[in-house]
Amino acid sequence: MANKTQEDYLVINGRRFRSRLMVGTGKFSSPQVMMEAIEASGAEIVTVALRRVELNNPEDDLLKYIDTEKYLLLPNTSGARDAQEAVRLARLTRAAGCEPWVKLEVTPDPYYLLPDPVETLKAAEILVKDGFTVLPYINADPVLAKRLQDIGTATVMPLGAPIGTNRGIRTKEQIEIIIEQATVPVVVDAGLGAPSHAAEAMEMGADAVLVNTALAVTPNPKLMAGAFKKAVEAGREAFLAGIPEKSLKAQASSPLTGFLRE
Amino acid sequence: MSFLEVIKEFHPKDVAQAIEAKGPEDVEHALGAKRLSLDDFMALLSPCAEAYLEEMAQKAHAITVKRFGKTILLYAPLYISNECSNSCSYCGFNVTNKIPRKTLTLDEIEEEAKVLHNQGFRHVLLLTGEAPSRCGLDYIEAAIRRIRPLFSSIAVEIYPLDEAGYRRLINAGVDGLTVYQETYDKDLYLNLHPRGKKRDYVWRLLTPERGGRAGMRRIGIGALLGLSDFRVDGFYTGLHAMYLQKHFWRTQVTVSFPRIRPAEGGFRPLSPVTDKNLVQLICAMRLLIHDAGLVLSTRESAELRNNLLPLGITQMSAGSCTAPGGYSHKADTAGQFEIHDTRTPEDVFSYIRSRGYDPVWKDWDTAFLSK
Repeated sequence: MANKTQEDYLVINGRRFRSRLMVGTGKFSSPQVMMEAIEASGAEIVTVALRRVELNNPEDDLLKYIDTEKYLLLPNTSGARDAQEAVRLARLTRAAGCEPWVKLEVTPDPYYLLPDPVETLKAAEILVKDGFTVLPYINADPVLAKRLQDIGTATVMPLGAPIGTNRGIRTKEQIEIIIEQATVPVVVDAGLGAPSHAAEAMEMGADAVLVNTALAVTPNPKLMAGAFKKAVEAGREAFLAGIPEKSLKAQASSPLTGFLRE
Repeated sequence: MSFLEVIKEFHPKDVAQAIEAKGPEDVEHALGAKRLSLDDFMALLSPCAEAYLEEMAQKAHAITVKRFGKTILLYAPLYISNECSNSCSYCGFNVTNKIPRKTLTLDEIEEEAKVLHNQGFRHVLLLTGEAPSRCGLDYIEAAIRRIRPLFSSIAVEIYPLDEAGYRRLINAGVDGLTVYQETYDKDLYLNLHPRGKKRDYVWRLLTPERGGRAGMRRIGIGALLGLSDFRVDGFYTGLHAMYLQKHFWRTQVTVSFPRIRPAEGGFRPLSPVTDKNLVQLICAMRLLIHDAGLVLSTRESAELRNNLLPLGITQMSAGSCTAPGGYSHKADTAGQFEIHDTRTPEDVFSYIRSRGYDPVWKDWDTAFLSK
């Protein structure tokens, strides 16, 4: 079991992050409220929907608030219905001067925003070859996660539940397999509605989590962001400490028959 | 199965009777349901549900905030022609109305577009009357290509086209289509549309499907409120929205709630829709379809729009002008109807902010479509 050390960084494609909480920027009531929440979350990676921003306009409502010296701006391709569209969007960000990091989202269904595995894989292949650091959003599918790792994605980001549902980790058994088999960081993305959900993901051994709706739609996003920060840290520390296995039988801490084994 | 076959199962008289017959227990069942059945939807549209309006509003608000957050997308209509060969009783563009007619040149369209762009708009809705001889597809396509660099999203509200026509527009840079059925009651529809191509009820009814098959990303529907019983047309609109969501699963459906406004010709609503009725309809629609965009135009007063803001609305127009050329010049042409909320886009923007919502100028990018 790993030990908690001072050097417990999240490392993605060689880049180190102290925080294991990533945050999204959609649905907030204003850019100011969004920034207060981001700061309180301690996040260093902030994902932004490309369709929402004018990359070439420094006065863009969202972009002008995010200090790119302090945060890694992770553009996402939400709204893309197929690989071709996602690739075009990603390339657009690079052309506009962004770092070649992209959260790959291919979500042809505008209602549940569930990721298309086939198109995601296709887009990831192209973007990795193109030199992008690719963080793909996927359903909690262990085989797809392996295939994405094989082609060189920097993480895999399985969903806990559909985006915006706040239902927690409904895909637990699949995510456990993904974590067990992962060679890249596993980021649980989507569906985490409460700090306890984030803590659960981290206790399971996820490397990081991403939240947006849970922060944006609460009456006090800043306070909630702080709560998520603590939950992620607590969950991580618990994982590193080693959570005892569950047992069907009671196990006394001072067994009465222990002397027989001496 | 097309929507025509679906709607045949629901005669307006039967729908009206079923809605009228709903009682408190039906409304309470609907309010407790996770997903509404058509019976539940009818209950929420019923006169009986008026006693539960606050509960409906609270639920509609909660669902909307969960699915869309506290954001409101802003868009502007851009009328490029008021010429029309139809004689729809309620419309200011009616061919029999003696109004100055104009179809903008491409330069004039660009001039209008620049005004909107400078006001901050990145989503625009391009509108025409129905006069294909003066305002044909080549012209509309050229207009789209001309203004494309100025906007992230271009939708059209023009006369119905065939599937190939919509494909052409999508290739030119269009991502959204709006088409109102006006009323789903076929007999009434025929009365209100005495001549012109628009008289073809079925052609219009199946327009969203042609748009969906062509690959439109967003399809907006609605009934013109005031023509018929809003409860019945509201039911058909919800039924239509659900059909489109199921059959065109990659397309986002939006629903508008246009109430008849004073216009040239002096048409008076046949079935007036009160503010309270409008609130009930918006809330019922949100409870039926959690993820649909719900659109509110400047047909409504500033005060009412302010109050409707948290009830499920996700998109609003602002600073609208319904006369071609009206943004860049004081209009010397006639508008389709009178605007009610006459605030500037900046004022609307500031108001939305002051209510703790984020007014969004851009929520789409042309890069999705560019080849």
